[in-house]
Amino acid sequence: MKKVYIYKGFERFWHWSQAMLIFLLALTGFEIHNSITLFGFELAVTLHNTAAVSFIVLIIFTIFWHFTTGEWRQYIPTTKNLKAQFEYYISGIFKNAPHPTRKTQLSKLNPLQRLVYLGLKVIFIPLMVISGVLYMFYRYPVAGKVESLGFSSVTPIAVLHTIGAFILLAFVIVHLYLITTGQTITSNLKAMLTGWEELEEEHNDPKEKEEKKPSHE
Amino acid sequence: MEYFESFKKTILFILIIIFPLVIISMVLSKSPEDKTEMGKLKEKYSEKHVASVDHSKHKELQKIFSSPHEVTAACLSCHTERGSEVMATAHWNWEREEYIKGRGIMYLGKKNIINNFCTGISSNEGTCNKCHAGYGWRDKNFDFKNPYNVDCLICHDQTGTYEKASGGAGYPPTGEKAPDYKKVAASVGIPRKENCGFCHFNGGGGNNVKHGDLEEALLTCNKDVDIHMGKDGLDMSCVACHEANRHRLKGKYYAVSSMNRDRARCEDCHGTYPHENSKLNEHTVKVDCRTCHIPVYAKVNPTKMYWDWSTAGKRKNGLAYTEKDSTGKEVYLSIKGNFKWERMVKPDYVWFNGTANHHLITDKITTDTININTLYGSYDDPASKIVPVKIHRGKQPYDLVNKTLIQAKLWDTDTGKGALWLDLDWEKSLVEGMKYIGMPYSGKYGFINTRMYLPISHMVSKHEEALKCEDCHSREKSRLKNLNDFYLPGKTHYAFIDSIGAWMLLLTFIGALGHGLIRFLSYRKNKKQIS
Repeated sequence: MKKVYIYKGFERFWHWSQAMLIFLLALTGFEIHNSITLFGFELAVTLHNTAAVSFIVLIIFTIFWHFTTGEWRQYIPTTKNLKAQFEYYISGIFKNAPHPTRKTQLSKLNPLQRLVYLGLKVIFIPLMVISGVLYMFYRYPVAGKVESLGFSSVTPIAVLHTIGAFILLAFVIVHLYLITTGQTITSNLKAMLTGWEELEEEHNDPKEKEEKKPSHE
Repeated sequence: MEYFESFKKTILFILIIIFPLVIISMVLSKSPEDKTEMGKLKEKYSEKHVASVDHSKHKELQKIFSSPHEVTAACLSCHTERGSEVMATAHWNWEREEYIKGRGIMYLGKKNIINNFCTGISSNEGTCNKCHAGYGWRDKNFDFKNPYNVDCLICHDQTGTYEKASGGAGYPPTGEKAPDYKKVAASVGIPRKENCGFCHFNGGGGNNVKHGDLEEALLTCNKDVDIHMGKDGLDMSCVACHEANRHRLKGKYYAVSSMNRDRARCEDCHGTYPHENSKLNEHTVKVDCRTCHIPVYAKVNPTKMYWDWSTAGKRKNGLAYTEKDSTGKEVYLSIKGNFKWERMVKPDYVWFNGTANHHLITDKITTDTININTLYGSYDDPASKIVPVKIHRGKQPYDLVNKTLIQAKLWDTDTGKGALWLDLDWEKSLVEGMKYIGMPYSGKYGFINTRMYLPISHMVSKHEEALKCEDCHSREKSRLKNLNDFYLPGKTHYAFIDSIGAWMLLLTFIGALGHGLIRFLSYRKNKKQIS
């Protein structure tokens, strides 16, 4: 085992501020939807809109960061090991089998994570941002007047925003659980907090074992 | 003490020089002017009108008047064109030229429209037309062309002594109770709340019966009841908002009006986007000011919410009788049927674009409940806004064969002429009423459920008492629960999306929990095997 600096400063800042914003957006959003009562409608709307604008600013910085550092490559989908990773979660994990994908600085995400995070980044987050912005601005006050984007109904926007919210929340539940499936129960959490994670060294690479497997048969 | 000595000069300086200066400047300085829009409005409407004419000095009015017509003649001798101005208004004609989609141009008004209270004036003019701005509209022969029939005094008297007689067809009492015309004529001025209220507070046959937001309490109330008319505030008069141009007043009553014109609107003074908060201004696109700012009406005295004519005509020991509730309000009258009263009423809410239709007495009845008037509007119509309304429900007589409403004859000077209020006989009353208006009547009558929509415009509350977000943006307790043609955040839900979402979250949670549990158990098993 060797300690690797896997999550950089900005990455961790991005992750945790995004986590807090999503948490706040979910709480206030479901209050606006009248599923829970917490802040009161007026404050919930104010907080939701403020958090939404903050989130958009964060997203803009993060996109910039991904492209300037080349980190966007982490999300290029791959089918390699996809099946093995899936099998690991439904059976290997119970038999104390090793992780099929080795986490490295250059490849932090296993193939399942790659798919899920890519989906989040290109489908669900944009869905929430676009529907949210339309929700906010389908009518909007400008210079003492109220302008309109000319939508006859906000219904489809609101429905998409609600569906997206449920999906994101389901992701959060799975995400929170999967934190515990690292080398140890807390190693993933520690890594995202400190940036450092103890990773297996080259010679233990389970990926290679997997690859060799077919040739034995 | 030495320490104190060193400050002695400073303390003395403050006490002798600064302190008196502060006091003097505080006394002399006026409070800073309020330059906000609201401040300017308050300043404008707090100026009291000073009359430029003292009518008691006019020699035309220095005489003994033997009839009210003579007073009108004296008024018109100076105000030569005012008679024809009044005669062009709805206060005189009780009808207007209206265009109604699907009907075309109609001449409609109090003169010929059925309402949900005393139903209609035809054959009852002697009593109903007490509130006509004229003298002698007793029947179909009234001369609408004669300017000397105009009653100037009911609107312009400032003595508070001028009244019209009950059953007098617009005339004041005669004999001992006759008004002192000379004194009344000398007092005339801009109409006060009392003048308008004489009729408009008592519509439907008593204080606050009809409107719910117009009643005599407005004469003496404070700002808790009405922010504009409160005695402890600006004490505004009706005509401050219902401005008159050549005797044509702004403001509509949609039981008798049909078109979107001449309305008195909050926006006329307050502007379209009066809030500091832009989110609230955004609401004004679809929500009328009144919706949030009149959270309840009938704040002082109760208003009639239900009037069932079908039970009228009963007798006790051969006589008409009255039943009252614990508060002393009449809940049954042999001459009028059953009533329901309510105080501190939360309005109902409808979309309204300023146009309305009416169930005319010639219209066929095709439904179990008829809308005596219909307020048009919908979310999709950009001219529509949500407005607060009083919905007055009732039961009215209708012709079972011809399927029309029936004009009942309610009033007369003498018994035996078919007046329900004297003879307590529906059969005769309906025959006489329909004969008077020249409509067919089969002789078979029943009672039909009716509804009338009265937009609520008065009894505006203090801004602190305006509706809060949750009053509409909530599920079961939303005030807009009956408006379902648009998406209202917090209220609108699609049950299948919510339940699919909730199940998805629950299953995801159970899945994660189960996965974790199996992991834990297999971890223990593996550990045992190793050991």
